[in-house]
Parts: sequence; structure tokens; C-alpha cells
Amino acid sequence: MYPSEFKYTKEHEWVSLDGDTATVGITDHAQDQLGDVVFVELPQTGVRTQSAQSFGTVESVKAVSDVYAPLTGQITAINETLVDAPEQLNTSPHEKGWLIKIKIEDKAELDDLMSAEQYQAYIGAEKES
Amino acid sequence: MASATAAASLQKTPLNAVHRALGARMVDFGGWDMPVEYGGVIDEHLAVRKAVGLFDVSHMGEIEVRGRQAFDLVDHLTPNAVSRLQDGQAQYSALLYPNGTFVDDILVHRMGPEHYFLCVNASNQRKDFEWIESQNSFDAEVEFASDKYAQLAVQGPRAIETLSKLTATDLGAIGYYWFERGEVLGTPAIIARTGYTSEDGFEIYIAPEEGARLWTAIMEAGEEFGIKPCGLGARNTLRLEAAMSLYGHEIDDTITPYEARLGWIVKPNKGDFVGRDALAQQKEEGLTRRLAGLEMTGRGIGRDGYRVFDGSDDIGWVTSGSPGPYVGKNIALAILSIDKGAPGTEVEVEIRGRRVEARVTPMPFYSRKK
Repeated sequence: MYPSEFKYTKEHEWVSLDGDTATVGITDHAQDQLGDVVFVELPQTGVRTQSAQSFGTVESVKAVSDVYAPLTGQITAINETLVDAPEQLNTSPHEKGWLIKIKIEDKAELDDLMSAEQYQAYIGAEKES
Repeated sequence: MASATAAASLQKTPLNAVHRALGARMVDFGGWDMPVEYGGVIDEHLAVRKAVGLFDVSHMGEIEVRGRQAFDLVDHLTPNAVSRLQDGQAQYSALLYPNGTFVDDILVHRMGPEHYFLCVNASNQRKDFEWIESQNSFDAEVEFASDKYAQLAVQGPRAIETLSKLTATDLGAIGYYWFERGEVLGTPAIIARTGYTSEDGFEIYIAPEEGARLWTAIMEAGEEFGIKPCGLGARNTLRLEAAMSLYGHEIDDTITPYEARLGWIVKPNKGDFVGRDALAQQKEEGLTRRLAGLEMTGRGIGRDGYRVFDGSDDIGWVTSGSPGPYVGKNIALAILSIDKGAPGTEVEVEIRGRRVEARVTPMPFYSRKK
């Protein structure tokens, strides 16, 4: 369910690193909590994000949620297919539903993120609270 | 994203364990631990439009008024003409304050000439009861009866076939906004042909301990039609497509029935009732604002509280907004300046700092082909 090569945030985003480019999306748990995603608002490419800042919104039938940048860097790509097919966030959150790619500036920030195992423990604890 | 709230402090319906066993996503809805969805709001919404859906609405409140002057009390408290009701008939109405704004919107059922059964909103039930008591200078007894009922709503074009399997009552003979006292699966039930979806369907009031058994039986009876359990998410999108008001959104203690486009429940000629003078005055002076339907023509969804603009003029606010899963558009209800509410008027909704185009459209967004 949660790929072991990904890193995860407390805000329920995942990060997949390829060289110094990080692909970012929301986790399966996040999409499950949101319900049917109907609208995704993403920034322009070229914009610089900062770790823990909101870079866009994901909207389900019921509610609007901010998505937060897990890492600092320049946005080099956004997932344009989500404009017409936002439901990909529900059907394929860890693959087709990716949101943005960031050219990261500081690899040390990755150390603050969770492993798949830690993330699963985290959402397990959240459920029981 | 919100984590699970401390569910222990919330009120629960008799079907709470059923929802949890079905894997429903539960939310705190006005102090009640309620299912927002089971499989997905859109699927549930479409099931009700095309087949049948089952809702637990046991959080709704029930208040019963009995006595020699039960009619006089209910007629005094509500703007609609209670005298028009016959035994076995229901009426959409309201409880109003003297200034004409809403205490709540309610359904009045006439059980008999000296017995009225009111169905009220969950989060308002205590307030409503206290309000009714405070106005009770009549020979009538008011009972807070919410604990005596579970309520299930079976809604959709196949609702009648589904429910008919479980009762000897001739459901086809019950008119829209009429009800029968009968039995469902051998347990006494008030079976009302009412709902909050703009589809054909029934709202069933039964003893709380029978709730889970009936739920299971209705799900089985509806299986061949594709019945789905439906949560509050679909309940909201269904009523929004039908442009039905929700307390706390379109109506509250700052809005009058005229402003909410509910003038049809106000019968000023019936005699005195709470709010009558204020409403007469408002009608004479003319409205300054009124509820309108919006269709988002730009990309975005207008949500509750978002401001609406005409150029630089702030002309009102969105009261409810979401995608309309059946109509296939992003729709909203909004309180707008009276001169901006005509269908076809182009406006803008401010969505998180960005202006998005919208057009005033006729209400409702959806009505059933009859």
C-alpha cells in the first residue's frame, strides 16, 4: 500500500526522490479521508515552494484541503492531467495522482520525513485517538 | 486534514455500530457521530437519483404536541396553515421568532385533531423544544420525543418497490406529504412519503431498538435494485441540487422565509402567528436581499461563506456550494442583493483570494420528472 521507497509527511503527503527531483502527492489515507476529489488547484511551474507552506488545494465533494510542500525548492512540473481527471487522486494516489515535482535545494530536509513504516504507525495512532 | 474527533462525547444514533461495521467515515455533525459516506458521495448520490438509497436520519428530533389546544399552539408557532392539514398529512413549515427569522425549519404531521408530531433538525431540537414550551400558553402538552424514535429515509425511484416488500401498507396509496401508521417487519411505524432529496421516497419512524433490524432488512430488500447506504455527504448534495434549505446555511436566526425564497410557507391570512407582523412589514418595505441559485461558469467551487461580487461591489455570500453530482455542474446557493438575483446575471465568487465567474440560475438545479 505505502511504497517503502517513498517518504511521508504528517500532513499526509508522499515524496518520491529521483536525483534532486522530488515528486509529491497525497497518500492513500489522505484520499480516503477526503472522499471523491472533484477539483485540484496547483501552482505554476517555476514557483518556489517552501517546506510546510501550502502550495495548492485539493477539493472533495465535501471539503477543501490545503496541500503543503514537504520540501523547499522550485516547482518544475505539475500534473496537468488532474485538471480534467481529478478522480485520479482517488484511484491512483501514489502514481497517476501525483501533484507536483520539486527541484529540491536541501536534501537534509528529507531526514525530517517519515518512512513508510513510520507513516503507517502514525496513521494507525491517529485513527485510535 | 482533521483526525478522528473524540467520538466518546458525541451523541450516537441506534445505528452507530451498523455504520462503523460498514466502514463508514464518521464525522461530528452538530454533536452527533454520523456517517458522512460509506463508499463515496458521488456514487451514493447517483444511487438515489437512479435507484434507491438508505439513510440513517435518527439524529433528527421529534417533538409531539397533544391536547385540546394542540392545534392552537402549533398554528400559533408556525407560519403555514395548520388548519389545512387532515389526519395523516404532513406540511413543511418553520418555527419563527417574533422578528420573522428562523428558530428552525420543521415538518408538521397531523396524527389526529389533538395530536401533532413535529420533525425538527438534530442540532436545534433542544432549542426548539424550549422555544415551544416558552410559547405554550395553551391547553396543550409538549413532549420531547426524540429518544422514542429511530428514523430511516428510503429515497429514490425504487424506494417504493424496496419498502413494499417489508410492509402490508399500500405505499402507492400514500400521497406526497401524507403518511400512514402501519407496520414494517411487524414493528409499528410511521411511514411518511417525504424526503430531502427531490426523489420519491419514504421517511420511516420506528422504535430505536428496531433501527438496526430494519436497516438490514431494507438493505436486503433493495439489493436487487442496487440500493446503497448513504451518508450525510450525499444527503447534502441531493438537497442542494433540489435547492432545499439547510438550517445554519440558507436559513438561521438572521434570515426570514421571504429572504430564503420560502414565502410559500407563510400564510399571513390564516390569523396571528409568531413573526407575522415582522413579515408583513418586510413584505411592505420590500426585500433587500434574497436567496438565489448560482452555477459556477469558471473553474472552482463556491463554498459556504465565500463572498459574491459584481465588479467591486460585494453583493452577498454563498450559503452552500458543492459539485452537483447528477446535474454535472458546480452549484451554489447564495444570499444576494435583491437587484442581483435575476437569472442570467453574471457575478463572481471569491474563492480563496481568486475571483471565479458564476451565473445566477433558476432554482432548483434539479427536479424529478413526474
